[in-house]
Amino acid sequence: MKILAIETSCEHATAALLAGGETLERPLEGHANHSEYLLPMLVSLLAEAQFRLQDLDAIAFGAGPGAFTGLRLACSVAQGLAMGAELRVVPVCSLAALAVQAKAERVFVASDARMGEAYAAAYRFASPGVPIEVSAPVCVPPEALVLPDGQAWVAIGSALGHHDGRFPPALRAQASGWMPNSVARACDVARIAAQELAAGRSVAPECAAPIYVRDKVALTTEERRIRGGRA
Amino acid sequence: MRVLGIETSCDETGVALYDTCGGLLAHRVHSQIDLHAAYGGVVPELASRDHIRCLPVLVRQTLEEAGCGLEAVDAVAYTVGPGLAGALLVGAGFAEALGTARGVPVLPIHHLEGHLLSPLLSGDPPAFPFVALLVSGGHTQLMRVGGVGDYALLGETLDDAAGEAFDKTAKLLGLGYPGGPQLARLAADGRPGRFALPRPMLRSPDLDFSFSGLKTAVVNVVSAPAWDPDDVADLAADFQEAVVEVLCAKSLRALAETALSQLVVAGGVGANRRLRARLDEAAAEKGWRVYYPEPELCTDNGAMIAFAGALRLSAGESVGRGGGAIRVRPRWALAELVPPRTG
Repeated sequence: MKILAIETSCEHATAALLAGGETLERPLEGHANHSEYLLPMLVSLLAEAQFRLQDLDAIAFGAGPGAFTGLRLACSVAQGLAMGAELRVVPVCSLAALAVQAKAERVFVASDARMGEAYAAAYRFASPGVPIEVSAPVCVPPEALVLPDGQAWVAIGSALGHHDGRFPPALRAQASGWMPNSVARACDVARIAAQELAAGRSVAPECAAPIYVRDKVALTTEERRIRGGRA
Repeated sequence: MRVLGIETSCDETGVALYDTCGGLLAHRVHSQIDLHAAYGGVVPELASRDHIRCLPVLVRQTLEEAGCGLEAVDAVAYTVGPGLAGALLVGAGFAEALGTARGVPVLPIHHLEGHLLSPLLSGDPPAFPFVALLVSGGHTQLMRVGGVGDYALLGETLDDAAGEAFDKTAKLLGLGYPGGPQLARLAADGRPGRFALPRPMLRSPDLDFSFSGLKTAVVNVVSAPAWDPDDVADLAADFQEAVVEVLCAKSLRALAETALSQLVVAGGVGANRRLRARLDEAAAEKGWRVYYPEPELCTDNGAMIAFAGALRLSAGESVGRGGGAIRVRPRWALAELVPPRTG
């Protein structure tokens, strides 16, 4: 199976090519302007592996949650490449991809969502590298987070560092591991996408969408009025 | 040669397929007006979300309407700026990736170049050189257009765009969102001449505009004790007359100063009936002519982007075939554009 994967949901972005069980992954230059480096990197990854886009089985992308603009960069490029090369698209939850890195049976993911909040979800692993969702991604203040039942949850994600001290003491006490410096990577997006594709789960390019989770992004005129602001 | 055009600079998603031999083969526009109505204005994040949801669907529909597949697309043109950064990035990312996958030329197009060339898509097009009045919710500019990419700024608004003044005044009068077209409809039922509104910069010797003072004048009228809300249609008519009179006077002066006889009017406000009537009448007196885009191409659309791309490619502009940087230019003056670069 051959999959090209993009993960630009945070400032540390990567692209990867999965083929024959091996992954080739490259970091993207640029902190907030991955858009300038993404396509040249994808082209060079394909050239290095001596594949054409048309040889691939699918384009995968880290669909989020994460930085909105980064999610749309990955999604729009995946849509365009897939439509042009007549490929399917596999959107992969960026929190699930991040969970893989913990290499544990129970993983709690919390990545920074800015505005004082965290994107959080929990996964269990019956076999390594295959995340099973225990609790779906939410966007909440760190104080509101609770671990699901059970022992030995390894916590991972940028929110652990950004909001250290704001997590409930019970959560910290229950966590058997604390990995604040990890971000989702394209190689894990590619591997999860391979599982999805094998299970028949992929979408047409026009159905590929980011997973925003945070859906309230502005106040309506009526809501502003209620809050005493200007119409 | 067939060019796919993609427009995502603000609150309309537009896709079109233009053929240099067969003309406009198909075009689709999805308006986000309903999406933003509850917010009283365009919410950039919601605009971006809607673009990425609609764009690939519109591409499929456009190709279907044209009765061809992607193999028939010889180039992809997209709006690279000016506009909302996040919205532009959706179109740029998709277009650059599509061009990369197809191995065809990809052309970043200036949004306003698309607008000012759009009257050339009509059955009875003007010929270069001409004066263009670009008048919309985001822009009010007079340009001398010598040819594709040869644009000299003659004058522009120093504050609000004309369309913005319409929308803001409509909001003051409680006409909802987007209020500009509603204000114009209301004005059609009113009698102008009852309210003495200013004609900002009418007598200034340049070709610049200013519309924010007009809005303030309307505020003064409706907050005066003598104000009768039943007179709102008359006030709307006077407001429209003031805007139209200034736009007309400066456009005619631009023609006189450049010694040209063709005026092209493009942008959303170009659909205003009163503006068209006054311009046609005034130009005819001088033996000049005014050209407008087809009504459906007055708002943002992909057809004008595909067309501008086709003109540049036909002129031999050398362009990349995807695989390059995805960059947008949210702020970009039209006068910085250059004619097609060959070789």
